[in-house]
Amino acid sequence: MATAEHHVQAPVTDHAATSTGLPNMKLAIWLFLASDCLLFGALISTYVLYRGASIVGPYPADVFDIPYTSVSSFVLLASSLTMVLALASIQRGDPARMRVWLLATAMLGLTFVGGQVYEFTTFADEGLTLSTNVFSTSFYVLTGFHGAHVTVGILMLLTVVGLSFGGRITQERSETVEIVGLYWHFVDIVWIVIFTVVYLIPTGTPPGA
Amino acid sequence: MASVSIPTERPGSLLRRPSATTGMWSWITTVDHKKIGILYGVTAFFFFIVGGTEALLIRLQLAQPDQAILNPAVYNEIFTMHGLTMVFFVVMPLSAAFFNYLLPLMIGARDVAFPRLNAFSYWAFLFAGIFIYSSWVLGGAPNGGWFGYAPNSVVDPTRGMTFYAIGLLIAGIASTVSAVNLAVTIINMRAPGMTLFRTPVFVWMGLVVQLLLAFSLPIITIGLVELLFDRLFGTHFFDPAAGGDPVLWQHLFWLFGHPEVYVLILPAFGIISEILPVFARKPLFGYQFVVFSGIAIGFIGFGVWAHHMFAVGLGPVANTAFAVATMIIAIPTGVKIFNWLATLWKGDIRFTVAMLFSIGVISMFVIGGLSGVTHAVVPSDYQQTDTYYIVAHFHYVLFGGAILGLFGGMYYWWPKVFGRFLDERWGKVHFWTTLIGFNLTFGPMHILGLQGMPRRIQSYPESLGLTFWNLVSTIGAFTIAVGTLIFLVIAIASFRKPKQMVADPWDARTLEWLTSSPPPPHNFDEIPVVHSLDELWHRKYAETEGGRVVPVPAGGSEEAHGEAHREGHGDGQGDGHSDGHGDGHAIHLPSPSYFPPLAALGLPVLGYGLIFGLPFVVAGLLIALVGLYGWALEPSAE
Amino acid sequence: MRRRTILVLGLVALAVVAGACAPNATQSALEPKGPYAQEGYDLFVPVFWVATAIFFIVEGVLLFFVIRYRHRKVRATMPPQVHGNTKLEIGWTILPTLILAGVAVPTVATIWDLAAEPEGDVLQVTVLAHQWWWEFDFPDQGIITANELHIPTGQPVYLTMCAVGLGYEQQIAPSTCQDQPAAVGDAVIHSFWVPELAGTQDVIPSRTTYLTIQADEPGTYEGQCKEFCGLSHAYMKFKVVAHDPAGFDEWVAEQQAPAASPPPGDPAQAGAGVFLGTCTGCHSIAGLEDPKGNPLIANGGPNLTHFASRDCFAGCMMATTDENLRRWLENPPAVKAGSWMPDYGLSDQELDQLVAFLNTLE
Repeated sequence: MATAEHHVQAPVTDHAATSTGLPNMKLAIWLFLASDCLLFGALISTYVLYRGASIVGPYPADVFDIPYTSVSSFVLLASSLTMVLALASIQRGDPARMRVWLLATAMLGLTFVGGQVYEFTTFADEGLTLSTNVFSTSFYVLTGFHGAHVTVGILMLLTVVGLSFGGRITQERSETVEIVGLYWHFVDIVWIVIFTVVYLIPTGTPPGA
Repeated sequence: MASVSIPTERPGSLLRRPSATTGMWSWITTVDHKKIGILYGVTAFFFFIVGGTEALLIRLQLAQPDQAILNPAVYNEIFTMHGLTMVFFVVMPLSAAFFNYLLPLMIGARDVAFPRLNAFSYWAFLFAGIFIYSSWVLGGAPNGGWFGYAPNSVVDPTRGMTFYAIGLLIAGIASTVSAVNLAVTIINMRAPGMTLFRTPVFVWMGLVVQLLLAFSLPIITIGLVELLFDRLFGTHFFDPAAGGDPVLWQHLFWLFGHPEVYVLILPAFGIISEILPVFARKPLFGYQFVVFSGIAIGFIGFGVWAHHMFAVGLGPVANTAFAVATMIIAIPTGVKIFNWLATLWKGDIRFTVAMLFSIGVISMFVIGGLSGVTHAVVPSDYQQTDTYYIVAHFHYVLFGGAILGLFGGMYYWWPKVFGRFLDERWGKVHFWTTLIGFNLTFGPMHILGLQGMPRRIQSYPESLGLTFWNLVSTIGAFTIAVGTLIFLVIAIASFRKPKQMVADPWDARTLEWLTSSPPPPHNFDEIPVVHSLDELWHRKYAETEGGRVVPVPAGGSEEAHGEAHREGHGDGQGDGHSDGHGDGHAIHLPSPSYFPPLAALGLPVLGYGLIFGLPFVVAGLLIALVGLYGWALEPSAE
Repeated sequence: MRRRTILVLGLVALAVVAGACAPNATQSALEPKGPYAQEGYDLFVPVFWVATAIFFIVEGVLLFFVIRYRHRKVRATMPPQVHGNTKLEIGWTILPTLILAGVAVPTVATIWDLAAEPEGDVLQVTVLAHQWWWEFDFPDQGIITANELHIPTGQPVYLTMCAVGLGYEQQIAPSTCQDQPAAVGDAVIHSFWVPELAGTQDVIPSRTTYLTIQADEPGTYEGQCKEFCGLSHAYMKFKVVAHDPAGFDEWVAEQQAPAASPPPGDPAQAGAGVFLGTCTGCHSIAGLEDPKGNPLIANGGPNLTHFASRDCFAGCMMATTDENLRRWLENPPAVKAGSWMPDYGLSDQELDQLVAFLNTLE
C-alpha cells in the first residue's frame, strides 16, 4: 500500500466534474425527496380512502380546531423563510448570521412539533386515540410521520449549527446548508398538502354518527 | 502505477478511520464498491442455499398426496420464507452484487457516489436477513405468505408476521438508500465522453431498476408500517370491523410488488445484453430499442399492479384497464427477445458457459412471458390465479430468467472479479443439470394448476389426480439441487488456481475489461475518455464502411490512451485529457469506516425493541445515532 | 446433437399431452361443465394455441440460429457488425401489438359478459366464508347449509358472497351479507373456486362480491378455497351437487323439514343430550331449543340440521363416516390444524352417542 498521507484528502466524488453538472449530494437529495413524495402519497391516499369510513366517533369535525392548526401551519411556513435567510447568510460568507437563522428555523420547527403534541393530547382527551377508529388511525400515522420528518429536520439543523461552530460550514462548503434547506422546504410543502387535505377539506359526517 | 493513498487519521482527531486492507476488519469496514459487491454476492448465494432447502422441503411434502412431513403451521412458515428469501435475500442482492461491482467500472468511475452509504446498504440488508431468520427461534417465522395479505397477516397470533413487517422495512431502507446512491452514480459519474447513449445496456437497466426501487419502495414501506401498527398498536388500517379495507393492503403491496418484478428481471436482461454480443462477436442488435424498451417497462410497470388482483372483485372497468395495460407492457418486454435473437443472427457463436446461460434465459423467458400473457386474459386468470399455473409462470421468469441470467453473469465476470476462470467443462454440466432440473420442476406445474391444484396448500388428496406431476416436479427440484452443488464445487475449486488473468480474456466490449483482473482498488489508473458505445471494442477494432472489422494496430486493452479510430476518421487524439494522470498525481480513495455497519446495526436492534420492549428501542436508537453522527463527523468525510 | 434434441423435445411433448389428459382430474379448469366455465375456456383455448405457435416459432428460430451460427474453425473473419435495423424493429413491435389487440378484444368482451348479473329465472344463494368452511344459505327457500352447495341444472345460480368471523350469527334474511359489521373482526379473505363451473371470486370481509355459476349436467363438482387463509387453507373445500330440477326441488323439501327426532331409548337420544350440553354455543339444529326455550343460532360452526345428508364435513376435509366423525369429535384441532372447534374431552360413550345422534340428522 502506498504511504499514508497526512493532508486532508479531497473527496473523490465531490467538486469533481459530474455528468450533469449538479453535485452528487444535490442530485441525491432531489431523488430522495422524490421518493419521499411517494411515502407521503401512500399515507395521504390511505387517509383519503378512509374519509367518512369510521364507524364510531369522534369524527374530524368533532376535534379539529382549524384556527389553532392554521397558526401552527403559519409557524412552519415562517420557518421556511428563516431557512432561506440562513442559506443566504452563509452564501454571503456570514456563518454567524447563518447560525442565528438556523436556530430560528429550529425553534419554529420545535414550536410546530410542540403545537402538534399539544393538539394530539387534546384530541386524546376528547377520546381520539390511535386505535379509536380508522380516522384516528390514518390521521395520527400520517401526521406522526410528518412530525417525525420535522424532528429529524430539527436534529439536522442543530447538527449544522454545531458543525458551524467547529468551522466546518463555510461559504465554499455551503452545500450542506442548501441540502438541509431543500429537505426542510419539502417537509413544509408536504404539510401544506396535509393541512389542505386533512383539515381544510370538510368531511361529511358519516351515516349513523 | 499510480500512487494511491488512503489517509488514516487527522492529527488530534478522536474519530480515527480504520486502516486494515486485509483480513476480516477490512471487509467489515470496507467502502470499496468491489468488496461490497463480493459481500452481496456471497451473502446472497448463502441465502440461495437456504431458500433452496426450503423449496426442497416443500417439494418433499408435496411429492405424494396427503403427506405429513411438514405440519400446516411449519409448512406455512417454510413456503413464506422460501418466497421472502428468494425475492429479497437472493435475487435482489445478487443483482446488487453485480451492480455494485460493475457499474462504476463500466462507466469509468472509481467508486459509487456515496461509498459509505453503499456499505451501509449492504450491512442493513444482511441484518434484515438475520433479523427475519432469527424469527424461527424467537416466536415463529413469518407464515402469511411473502405477499402477507391482510387481514390474515394482521390476525395471525404468532410473532412471524411482525418479524416480516420489521425485517422488510429494514431491507427496504437498505434498498432505497442504495437506489439513490446507484442512480446518482449512473447519472452523474460517467467517464468523460460517455453520454447516456454510449452507456452499456447493463448500466441502463441498472438505472431503470434504481428508479423503480426508489419510487416503489416507499409505497410498501407505508403498507408494512400500517400492517405493523395494526399488529402492535391496535390501529385499524386493515380492520374490516372498524371500516378498514383489507384490499388496501393488496393495492399498497402490489403497487410495489409489480415494479419489483421488473427490478428482479431487468438486471438479468442487462447481463445477457452484455454477454450475447461478446460471444456472438457482434454488437447488440438495436441498442437504442433495447434501452427504450427498458425505460418503457419502467414507466408502464407502475400501471399494471392490479393484474395481481383480478379476482378481488374490483369491477369490470378496473379489470379491463389493467388487462389492457398488462398486454401493453408485454410488448417492450417481448421485443427484447427479438433483439437478442437478431444479435445471434449471423454471429460467430462460442458456447462458453456464460453464453449457454444467456441463451437459456432467452429460451426460458419466452415460456414465462407467454404464460404471463395468458394471465392477462382476465377470464382465464380467474381459473389460473392462485394455482400452480401462476407458480409455473413466475418461476419461469424468475428462475429461468433472473437466476439463469445471474449465473451467466457469474461465469462471465468471475475472471474479472477473482482473476480466475470458473471451470468451463464442469460449468456445462452445471448448466445442463440446472436447465433440465428446472424444466422438470416447473414445467409440470402449468398442468397441475390447470388441473385444479391451488397454491399454498400443504397437501392434496389422491382423488384430484395430481400425484404424477407433483412427483416429477419433486425429482426436478432435487436435480436443481445437484446442479447447484456442482456450482458450489466449481466456485470453491476456482480458488485453487493461481490468480493470473489478463485484463480482457473474453475479447469483450465494455470498460471493465480495460483494467486488470481483478481491478486495482482505484479501478483505473487513468479515467478513460469515451468516444462511442462499446468503447473498449472500438479501441481494439475499427469498423470499415461495410461493417467489417479490422484490429486496431497500436491499441491493446492495457492502458490504452484513447486513440480510437472510428468509421474511417483520422487518428484523433482523445478529446481532452482524462483526469488524474498516473504519474506524479496521487489518487485519493475514500477511507474505510466503522460507522456504516454500526449505524446499520441500530436497525435490527430497534426492530427487536418493537417486539421485546423499550430497552431495545432505546439501544437501537442510540446505536443508530452514534453510527450516524460518527459517520457525519469522522475526518475526511466530505 | 440435432437428432437427439428433436427426440427429447418429442418425448417431452408427448408426456405433456399425456399428462394433460389425466383421467382423474376432477377439479380441472380444462373440463368446463357449465356455460360460465365454458366461456372462459373458449377464450383460453385459442389464446393457448396462439401462444404455443409463438413458442414453437421463437424457440425454433433460437435453435436454428444457435446451430447455424455456431463458431466453426473454418471461419476466420469477424461477422459483420450489424447495429440494428429500425424498420425491422418497428415491424416486430407492431406485429405483437396486433396479436395482442386481437386477444384483447374478446378478453374485454368476456370480462363484461361474466360480470353481468344473470337475468331470468335465477337461483339466489348467499355464500359465507368462515375459517375454514363454507356456509351456503338459500334466502328464498329459507335454508342454511354448509360444505355442499346443491343447485339445479340448467339454471344460473347467483352467489352473493362475503367472509365472516367467529361471532357471526347465521340467519336467513333478505341479505345476510355485511349485516353484522362487528362480526368480521377476525375474518380473513378466502376465495370460492369450483373450476368446472366458473372461475374464482375472492370472498372478502367488509365487501360483498358476486359470482354466477351454472351446471349443465347433474353431478358432483369439486371446489376449494384458493386464497391463502391460514393454517387449514388446504382443507377448506366444498362440493357443488347439481340435480335435475325435480331432484333439486326434492332436496329443498328435505332441507326445509325440521330435524328428525331420534327414537326414545336410542343412544342417539342421549347423543342429542350431549349435543345440547356441549355444542349449542356454535352449532344449531332447526327444531331444537336451548334451555331457555329459544331456537338455536349457529355462529362459528355449521348448521347441522341435515348433517347426515352431506357426504363430507369439516370443510369437506373428510367423508362423513363414523370413523372420521369419531376422530374429529374426539379432538378437532388434532385433525385440522387451527380448528376453532375445541377438544371438549368427551368420553368414549359420549362420542358414540354423539355420532349416533349425528347419523340421524338426514
